[in-house]
Amino acid sequence: MKQSQQSNDPLAAPPGMISVTVDGRTVLVPRTMPDWQGRQVPTTMLQACELAGVTVPHYCYHPKLPVAGNCRMCLVEYGVPALGPDRKPMRQPDGSLVIKKSPRPAIACATPVSPGMEIYTSTPTVKLMRQSVLEFLLINHPLDCPICDQAGECKLQEYSVEYGRASSRFVETKVHKNKQVDLGPRIMLDQERCILCSRCIRFTRDVVGDDALGIVNRGSYSAIAAYPGTTFDNNYTLNTADICPVGALTSKDFRFQMRVWFLKETMSLCASCGTGCNIVIGSRENRIYRFTPRQNDAVNSCWMCDYGRLNYRWIERADRLTNPGGTKLTKPDWEDAINGIAAGLKQTIPGHIAIVASARLTNEELYLVRRLAQFLGAPTDCAPRSGPADNLLLCADRNPNTKGAQLLGIAASLPGANLPVFARLIRNGTIRSLLVFGEDVTRHGIAPEDLARLDFLVASDIHSNGTTMISHYFLPGCAHVEKRGSFTNVHGRIQKFEKAVDPPGLARPELYWLSELVCRVTGQSVGRTVESVFEAMRAEVPAFRNIAWADLEDHGVATSV
Amino acid sequence: MIAERPTLKLVDRLYLTAAWNGFKVTLRHFLGRKVTMQYPEQRWAVPPGYRGAPYLVRDQTGRTKCVACQLCEFICPPRAIRVTPPGPAVDPSTGNVEKRPRQFEINMLRCIYCGLCQEVCPEEAIFLMQDYSLTGCSREEMVYDMERLLALGGVHHDHVRKWDRVRREAAAQETFPPNPIY
Repeated sequence: MKQSQQSNDPLAAPPGMISVTVDGRTVLVPRTMPDWQGRQVPTTMLQACELAGVTVPHYCYHPKLPVAGNCRMCLVEYGVPALGPDRKPMRQPDGSLVIKKSPRPAIACATPVSPGMEIYTSTPTVKLMRQSVLEFLLINHPLDCPICDQAGECKLQEYSVEYGRASSRFVETKVHKNKQVDLGPRIMLDQERCILCSRCIRFTRDVVGDDALGIVNRGSYSAIAAYPGTTFDNNYTLNTADICPVGALTSKDFRFQMRVWFLKETMSLCASCGTGCNIVIGSRENRIYRFTPRQNDAVNSCWMCDYGRLNYRWIERADRLTNPGGTKLTKPDWEDAINGIAAGLKQTIPGHIAIVASARLTNEELYLVRRLAQFLGAPTDCAPRSGPADNLLLCADRNPNTKGAQLLGIAASLPGANLPVFARLIRNGTIRSLLVFGEDVTRHGIAPEDLARLDFLVASDIHSNGTTMISHYFLPGCAHVEKRGSFTNVHGRIQKFEKAVDPPGLARPELYWLSELVCRVTGQSVGRTVESVFEAMRAEVPAFRNIAWADLEDHGVATSV
Repeated sequence: MIAERPTLKLVDRLYLTAAWNGFKVTLRHFLGRKVTMQYPEQRWAVPPGYRGAPYLVRDQTGRTKCVACQLCEFICPPRAIRVTPPGPAVDPSTGNVEKRPRQFEINMLRCIYCGLCQEVCPEEAIFLMQDYSLTGCSREEMVYDMERLLALGGVHHDHVRKWDRVRREAAAQETFPPNPIY
């Protein structure tokens, strides 16, 4: 009895924890929690409410940005244990604490919790405060939701429905500002819609380190602007459109393209560099409309770079390979192509064949290539791809799965080191057969006239290229948005992605025809699903041994090596 | 349930009385007031509030009222409506409205004349009008495009003209201090 009373006492929390009461429900919260930079700082009321499962509406607060506390939407009432003359908490006759309710509300995003604190988020006062804050925010808001891209994912819409007044009392004329401000090459600003939460300013100043934006003018005329004469142009500008709670900042790429409620959301990864940012693909009727970042604190926090975000238009380019083909294939038929390739591979002699596989293929597909290479006795390599890196997310390695190719033994320790060797061996006639999966080797040091000497050349890619054009057999592949699988990022984190759209024509995921090919050539089947191939890979490759497909979940798992 | 089968008398079995009664009805209508309408030469007066085919309208200045918000496409139960949004290119002819559909199609074969598109439209741009008899020689022909829908819809006399009011308000604030327009 005494013990239970002890554990119920809000002041007797375990070390490192604080007991607070949110709307009558007592919860234990950590004394400190990571702030936007990951430093441990005292837990705020907003975080405590979130841990208690109570939503506190907010605009300016963002877990990955410094706290500004200017929108006042998260105002809550609270009380702390009253202290007696002996500076000890006073208690009721039944032993419970005497709570002294604060005479004023406080912003939940910037007020730290203290032991025994009580937070009230659903009192009439709090409701009225939220209503009033919304009323102020809506005073000069244009209410042009029908033409606003944010409609459907707009916090102002959502909170107005949930916490706002039913009707407007504002009879005066709204202040009108500039509706089409060209902030930079990828961002358009509508100053009227802005509620001045300053998230974009803090993001670009504190996260990116490019202090490009600010608020100019005063009062109702306050507006976001770039410094005169400059443009808002860094590699992370489009994140401001994501974090903008209203439709003030919009992506020029996505602007007026599709209403967000039509978009099917698919958990995926960005394949534009080795970082492997987690993304959500917004697609409708087999067309991709946008990539947006998905939170993964181990990889990309809440952000992604503009380069990766806008790198999707090539998927629907007209020169996609849509059917199997090649100089030795009479009709575009998968069965004929697989039979022809399998027959050709059975005639090759170990030592006279080489394989080049793309580091854009998934772990599972590269594993199948590995099976093939081991059976045929073929040396393998990947084509390296690099570009300038930055200090935030963009990685110099522009292949999404170089690490995976290395772990699977496909890539040389320095990816691409074998390619000149292959070129020399083709030229002197040692290598008579070459398999190229997902690359154009003519752009990586093997000349087309050398490829013409080969007895047997099989290529696959997403688009028609210099290698597929002269290959004996070519197979149409899929972009990563058109298939399932997993990538291993540069830090060795295995993450999976799902299929968003269907491949065009007869194009099939590499896994589909590689598993068929492996089965025909080696006589051993590893199954045709991503899961079965992953299982087989796990049994064989040490780096993947302790990881099951189901463990990958949404955020992936770091490999042991 | 077991139906009682009445035993018919001889008079009944001859059917002559029944036939005679039938002839009497025919004769009465033959001589009486004509009630059949000679459709399609003659057409009935469509009552107000009738839900016919949905068409797009322009306002009295000739502006296409639709702003491609796609709410009608979203609400349409048989998915008869397909709106193609304008895309990011700024269209100077739209003025301060910024948006106008690039294409707007209604498949009249799918439309069930429920009127939800009219109800949901925040711009009063689509109305169920009085046409109830739509014909065509092919399925493609029955997919009405924006041009056709606007031509059929005609002009809606809008008393509010909210975008125009916003434009005038904004223009009045170009001068400083802003002078109220009311």
